[in-house]
Amino acid sequence: MMHLTAPVLLSAVLAGIGAYGVLARRNAVLVLIGVELLLSSANVLLVAMSTQERPYVLSETTSVAMYGGQVMTIFIITLAAAEIVVALAIVLAMFRVIGHIDVTAAPEGEVEPATDEPVAAAASAGDPGSPAQGVSGP
Amino acid sequence: MTTRDIVFICFAVLAAGCALLAVTTKQVVHAALWLVATLGTIAGCYFVLGAELVGLVQLLIYVGAVIILVIFALMLTRAPIGKHDDLATPGWQRAVAAVVGASLAALIAAVVLPVVTDAAVDIPASTNKGVSAAIFGVWVWPFELLSVLLLSALIGAFIVSQVVRAAGRPGGGERR
Repeated sequence: MMHLTAPVLLSAVLAGIGAYGVLARRNAVLVLIGVELLLSSANVLLVAMSTQERPYVLSETTSVAMYGGQVMTIFIITLAAAEIVVALAIVLAMFRVIGHIDVTAAPEGEVEPATDEPVAAAASAGDPGSPAQGVSGP
Repeated sequence: MTTRDIVFICFAVLAAGCALLAVTTKQVVHAALWLVATLGTIAGCYFVLGAELVGLVQLLIYVGAVIILVIFALMLTRAPIGKHDDLATPGWQRAVAAVVGASLAALIAAVVLPVVTDAAVDIPASTNKGVSAAIFGVWVWPFELLSVLLLSALIGAFIVSQVVRAAGRPGGGERR
């Protein structure tokens, strides 16, 4: 036997802390830590609500136990893994191109053409080598 | 108050405290380590709530894999070791962030608490068998779709790093 007040309160507090972490951090990896806390808050709420779940009634004789809350939580954990892989790849790319991962810094004017044009050239021509050299030469 | 309530509150207080430290600490690597503590105690919360499979998946994937990725990213971006004051935004922005966070917490609590305050619920002894049967029965197509998603995320991360390597070499190499 258990009351569900504490899980709901934990979920609300984690969501608040996660939102604070997303908004108050400048390092991009630390912003991602706030996102993970927000996802965990949703997970706690899903697992807490899954304790109240009843089997889904198909007809008068058959019913299916779906365990939607717990299965959704496992799916969200998988989604979070996929999300953080792509996000950290983008953060590392940002560090390699700009040289820092401060998400509040203003973009430097001189960096823009050097990074944008070879990407556009690679997307259109499919050969990133020669256009990039042409850009950086003069 | 039942025994499960007391154990859950212990885990919940630990999780909330560690989460607060993870978003306020001034050392970058400590934030990742406090996140480990937060996710581990949340796994404990799942065990208390009777979701053993979810707790184990949380320990394996979050504490095992995601944290390793985060720490790797911190090391590869040359995270400073020691205290740094410029990790957080300026004071007024942090105040606004605190207000937004507090109001979000209050909103969720105000919306969801009236739904659940009725009575104590039964926690079944073990739900592993039912959850496994549900994943590979009712939820099998979303499950397969997730494996495709993981594969495309892997390829996407690879492509992002390749495109940037091709693009960043002429510009990035000169400036350093």
